[in-house]
Amino acid sequence: MIKNFDTRAVLLFAAMFAALATVGFAQSWPLALAIVNLCLISAIMSLGVNIQWGYAGLFNVGVMGFAALGGVAGVLVSVPPVTEAWQAGGSGIGVSLMLAIGTIIVVILAARHVPPGNTRRLVLAAIIVAGIFLIRAFFDPAVELIEAVEPAKTGYLGGLGLPIVLSWVVGGILAAGVAWIIGKIALGLRSDYLAIATLGISEIIVAMLKNEDWLTRGVKNVSGLPRPVPYEVNLQQSIWFQDWAETLGVGVVEFSSIYVKLCYAGLFTIVLLIVLWLSQRSLNSPWGRMMRAIRDNEVAASAMGKNITGRHLQVFILGSAVVGIAGAMLTTLDGQFTPASYQPLRFTFIIWVMVIVGGSGNNWGAVLGGFVIWFCWIEAEPVGLWLMDVLTSGMDEGNGLRKHLLNSAAHMRLMTMGFILLLVLRFSPRGLIPEK
Amino acid sequence: MDGPLNSFLLLSNFVLVPGMAYGSQLAIGALGVTLVYGILRFSNFAHGDTMAFGTMAVILVTWLLQSWGVSISPLPTALLALPFGIIATIALLLLTDRWVYRFFRREKAAPVVFLIASVGVMFVMNGLVRFIIGPNDQRFADGERFIIKAREFKRLTGMSEGVTFKTSQGLTILTAVIVVAALFWFLNRTRAGKSMRAYSDNEDLALLSGINPERVVMITWILAAALATIAGTLYGLDKSFKPFTYFQLLLPIFASAIVGGLGNPLGAIAGGFIIAFSEVTVTYAYKKFLAYNLPPDWAPESLMQLLSTDYKFAVSFVILVLVLLIRPTGIFKGKAT
Amino acid sequence: MTGGYGGADILHDCTIGVEQGEIAVIVGPNGAGKSTAMKAVFGMLSIHQGTVQLDGEDITRLNPQDRVARGMGFVPQSQNVFTSMTVEENLEMGAFIRRDDISDTMNQVFDLFPILKEKRRQPAGELSGGQRQQVAVGRALMTQPKVLMLDEPTAGVSPIVMDELFDRIIEVARSGIAILMVEQNARQALNIADKGYVLVQGRNRYTDTGAALLDNPEVRKAFLGG
Repeated sequence: MIKNFDTRAVLLFAAMFAALATVGFAQSWPLALAIVNLCLISAIMSLGVNIQWGYAGLFNVGVMGFAALGGVAGVLVSVPPVTEAWQAGGSGIGVSLMLAIGTIIVVILAARHVPPGNTRRLVLAAIIVAGIFLIRAFFDPAVELIEAVEPAKTGYLGGLGLPIVLSWVVGGILAAGVAWIIGKIALGLRSDYLAIATLGISEIIVAMLKNEDWLTRGVKNVSGLPRPVPYEVNLQQSIWFQDWAETLGVGVVEFSSIYVKLCYAGLFTIVLLIVLWLSQRSLNSPWGRMMRAIRDNEVAASAMGKNITGRHLQVFILGSAVVGIAGAMLTTLDGQFTPASYQPLRFTFIIWVMVIVGGSGNNWGAVLGGFVIWFCWIEAEPVGLWLMDVLTSGMDEGNGLRKHLLNSAAHMRLMTMGFILLLVLRFSPRGLIPEK
Repeated sequence: MDGPLNSFLLLSNFVLVPGMAYGSQLAIGALGVTLVYGILRFSNFAHGDTMAFGTMAVILVTWLLQSWGVSISPLPTALLALPFGIIATIALLLLTDRWVYRFFRREKAAPVVFLIASVGVMFVMNGLVRFIIGPNDQRFADGERFIIKAREFKRLTGMSEGVTFKTSQGLTILTAVIVVAALFWFLNRTRAGKSMRAYSDNEDLALLSGINPERVVMITWILAAALATIAGTLYGLDKSFKPFTYFQLLLPIFASAIVGGLGNPLGAIAGGFIIAFSEVTVTYAYKKFLAYNLPPDWAPESLMQLLSTDYKFAVSFVILVLVLLIRPTGIFKGKAT
Repeated sequence: MTGGYGGADILHDCTIGVEQGEIAVIVGPNGAGKSTAMKAVFGMLSIHQGTVQLDGEDITRLNPQDRVARGMGFVPQSQNVFTSMTVEENLEMGAFIRRDDISDTMNQVFDLFPILKEKRRQPAGELSGGQRQQVAVGRALMTQPKVLMLDEPTAGVSPIVMDELFDRIIEVARSGIAILMVEQNARQALNIADKGYVLVQGRNRYTDTGAALLDNPEVRKAFLGG
């Protein structure tokens, strides 16, 4: 039985790579590799969601937020610090940070010492409002100063100037921290609440990244992030590379693009394999068995004295951290951080489709789902466009409906994803590679 | 002398009136979510996009009517198109139920499966709306735009602060009153409405009493469709219609429903106004307000705004979190624990 | 009847019957299949052998809702009222399948349970345990059933309330309704029973009139505590 499943998985993966190779031959190899790189990142995100959903049945609708946290880590770690900005507003930001911590401490103390009731509510509200105004008294001028430092080029604090690969770890940690807070609040209540809370936090995280220009440059984006791999231009100018390209009989420009993408693919594959290996280990460990026992029968597990909320918190944090890592990797690959690109449909719901289609609870399934769905997502647009073109070919060139349909073809993708999710959920809820 | 009065007018103009209108919109939206939760026992993530679909249908019919020269000026034509939009949305939701949710009901699937299915439905509806009308802003308000303009108000009263009262705001508040009254009449006075409450209260006993669950579910979707279309149209008239904004409304609407107690209609209304007023008061800049009430040299220089409007969703979220921490069943006791 | 949940049978060739105007009581130790027998009669679980008949008509294949329509009323042991709805609405919901005028039946229920008339506008969830049971019985009576089935109607109520409830149940029976009930308080229940069934491990152990069972020394020793 198990052997059957394995053959099935192997066949499916083989088919997937064949499809990618087809793109390579039919369209171009750089394109195929670009798809592969995003497939790898998708697969990691999908593994993270699978840890939450597949292992424990937690419904996280805020994948986008955790991915965005990973993305901002890319900026905060890799960009060199903007010294003038630090000089201008660093101290103000520092003071407001201290004040924020102070306010929280005072609130906690007040909550402990003032007897409950309306007085306490009033006192707490007053402390919070006063705290906010006090913080803003330092924060606002500092922000203004920072954002005034060469706004066209910087206008933000910059980062630490460390290798960007480090941000993958930092992104994971940031995401884990936020997941801890959300989990503390929403776990242990019914499943809808976690879904709504994660939806909310992800919207807020993205709103912050868009608006806190002093930290992230907001919608002005941070581009030109340092790379962990060589630059195409440098490669094209090196003699050894030109020779190599010549030996292989490929154009230097194309080969440099392929080479760089392969470097990324190598790095991402390493991360994917590590995450996958750890996921598999944990799934088959006593801990993983306990998680699945809890998922399948909470009442019984609770009766056996298992701390369900505590376990769920662990899983939620781990899964979110993996998503954060993938988010940082994505920013690394893009070489830029664009807060406006974080769309819930692209970053939350597609990942869900990946997990469900791949096979909830099966790590290999999640990986395959990441590949398959990303591939479909990319290829759906040209196919949709082509489809619309064929469908409307009978119409006049200037026909309004034809124009409208051609323009709207892009939105077909959303519908397609929705249909795939609904169809799989109904007709094959165990996915492509079912859980054993 | 006129300071306090002027400052009150200022608040009315920027907090009270917009808050009432927005609260009404949220309340009607949250009623839809809470009804579906009460009967089908899942949080319907597709509700925001149902609102978008309904509004889109209304907009298309409005355009059609406008092209025919039909008008009920000074009222917006959209009001005339509303029934058609509601019918289209009812058809959509009943089809969705037949093709998606009914299967999971028969399977007795876990609530989280319904939740995921509703996400799938959300995708499809979202795509459908964008496919038909595009992802951009659409304005469809016509007729008289204002009941009272600030300038007229100043002229009439001689105050230095004016109050603007938009037609859309007046309509929203009036419609909300009518809708809520009609809904409560339905739930409390009619056989079908009572059977809905009975089913929501105790499913097994409702079955024993011979209440047909499929019928209850059907009525629920019809009500949800009507509420979603009305809420969406009012919001669109008041602000503007953009599919993505309607998806984002999901958070304040859920927050309203949960704050009031999921499954409790009265709570949804209270929740809607709580969220709306919190959002408006927290994001309002109090500089001018304080200037009216404080001695001149105390007047603040900054905007005196607690939170920038970019973070208005954070307000819903914080209230939601507080409710989850302090009283997960909501202010009025809801069904969820 | 033979039947049970899933694979294992809990009932084995168990026979239960009740005539119009009679009270039949099922008693027995814990796990004897009392509630299961009741559910089997009402169609809430499948029976593998045997039949359920109402007025000589075979209703074995009907689902509970259809049995209600045929004249069976059932009062579950717990969660047997709509807590958020008023007493009056509870009764209305009980009569949901009826399309005719229900005010007479409602007045009969109010005559039987005067306290409910007084509290008709109050949510059932705010009533005391005994009053709730009255609402529950009243709700089931609203369909004017031929057979009324009660699953431990006195569970969790005080002895005084219990006596009162039993009095009311006798009154219901007098009005010509057959009553079948499962009871934990065996002695009091058999006191008012025309027929008693003692079930042990899903089988009929003793079947007799209530009085005879109370006099039966073996029954007394084994099930009534001497």
